[in-house]
Amino acid sequence: MKHFITDLYKSKAGLVGAVLIMVIVLVSLLAPVLDLPDPTRGDLRARLVGPTWTSLFAPGAHPLGTDEVGRDILSRLINGSRITLLVATTAVLLGGIVGTVLGIWAGYKGGLIDRVLMRLVDIQLAIPLMLLALLVVAALGPSLRNVVLVLALTSWIRYARIIRAQVLSLREREFVQSAHAIGASTLRIMFLHILPNVLTPALVVGTLELARVIIMDSALSFLGLGVQPPTPSWGRMLADGRVYISSAWWAVTFPGLAIVLTVLSVNLFGDWLRDYFDPKTRSAK
Amino acid sequence: MIGFFLRRLGESMLAIWGVVTIMFFVTRVLGDPAALLLPIGASAADIEALRDQLGLNQPLMVQYFHFLTSALQGDFGTSFQHGRDAMDVVLERLPATATLALTAIAIGLVIGAVAGSVAALKRGSAVELLVMAVALLGQATPVFWLGIMLILFFAVNLGWLPTGGYGTIWQLILPAVTLAVFVSASIARLLRSSMLDILQEDYIRTAKAKGLLRSTVFFWHVARNALIPVVTMTAILTGELLGGSVVTETVFAWPGIGRLIIQAIEAKDFPIIQAGITLIAAIFVLINFLVDLLYGVLDPRIRKAR
Repeated sequence: MKHFITDLYKSKAGLVGAVLIMVIVLVSLLAPVLDLPDPTRGDLRARLVGPTWTSLFAPGAHPLGTDEVGRDILSRLINGSRITLLVATTAVLLGGIVGTVLGIWAGYKGGLIDRVLMRLVDIQLAIPLMLLALLVVAALGPSLRNVVLVLALTSWIRYARIIRAQVLSLREREFVQSAHAIGASTLRIMFLHILPNVLTPALVVGTLELARVIIMDSALSFLGLGVQPPTPSWGRMLADGRVYISSAWWAVTFPGLAIVLTVLSVNLFGDWLRDYFDPKTRSAK
Repeated sequence: MIGFFLRRLGESMLAIWGVVTIMFFVTRVLGDPAALLLPIGASAADIEALRDQLGLNQPLMVQYFHFLTSALQGDFGTSFQHGRDAMDVVLERLPATATLALTAIAIGLVIGAVAGSVAALKRGSAVELLVMAVALLGQATPVFWLGIMLILFFAVNLGWLPTGGYGTIWQLILPAVTLAVFVSASIARLLRSSMLDILQEDYIRTAKAKGLLRSTVFFWHVARNALIPVVTMTAILTGELLGGSVVTETVFAWPGIGRLIIQAIEAKDFPIIQAGITLIAAIFVLINFLVDLLYGVLDPRIRKAR
């Protein structure tokens, strides 16, 4: 753990990513006590007010401006981050659990299960992820739960493939063979001996998946298939602001910046995490 | 080699069959198209008659086998919205999508390949840092937002280019650049890391020790081997762009397949959805099939291993 921290501290990019993630998570968690204007209540006398940088702490001001019905953009961004983070982490966790379990199962058991599962992965890979997500959300109807399910559905294959490959080599290792020899059950071997050894790659995939899922989530809400209004979401803010692009640049600029900043910090941290756990790239430094 | 060819062909067919099957069952959950097609207030008997006519009253398995046999002949029925053969409607949109996707891939590949190789060869320099920073930023930027920002800057503020539409080369520039940014960022990052791996290999040291020209070492030994993962990535990206540039097509009002499918999903126009996704999946599978064959040409080791 100590080495983990010092290595992170030495890697500037990883550190920047980690700090930014902490700030974003902290701000989104603290949103209820930050005394922000109501993100869902408009003020028709203050429609499309431009940003005023100096008024960050002035009461009743709109530091990042307002949208087409006079809602405070800063407040909507912060409240939107709660939804985005909730959706993305739940989806990545769900996809991660399903993908890891199936990956271990296919890799350890091999045979028919393995072949069926890998064909299934191939089939899913033949549909562009965005189209698959659109199709399923359209079929189930857009809601918080369905968006999480769809994003998890696009995510599980990445874990399954990588974990399966790991398990194929772990299966032949001595500690697994000896566990088998002293009569440990298949379930016991899979969960007590193999699972701990694949958690690290799963964690690395999960971090990089988080970034992809955040973008996909905002794309879905941009197309109107994400979390439904009045709940604020970054993608929806972009879609709504796009109509007023010629008169109110702030309405389309800030939600996008929020997405970029979040995805960038997750990617920075994820890249470092991958290198940290990969001895090959670590020694190359 | 022939055995490998046939096995891959079988796998490709299986994948397409799987896509068609999954899609059939998913689209059947979408809702009742008969109720949508008729004006509001149509009697239950009218809806029932239309359901009969569309074959929606038959058992699901019967509908499935009927669907599968017609799909084999490229017949996905008549579009509810357009009143014409669904595959025809989809195929009409193919040139627009292909133009956009291929232009973006071409631009992205050139920029990404140059940036990636420069970053790998100038390891530790300011150039590498700059390339990697821009690539990281490019990967973190959602394409639809980048598109909106480009419209804001080049169309709204400067007035140099149109905000969207289809037909002239001017309308192609912004959407193609938008997608190319993402493509080149992915290619640059991948090429750099695969080149760095190869530069450490023994055969590169041998080639240098033999006193070969630096350009010979680069093109014959480094670039050729580093290309293999890039080819895979390009194939995946081409597939994604041919079917998945839904949001970019929406932002720029580009009349491609992605936008057609979105509109079809909104209108619950099953034949269009099914024809569109089948076509995209088929193209995607075909590209991957060709890439697998190409590997053998690029890397004799793989050819032997088969």
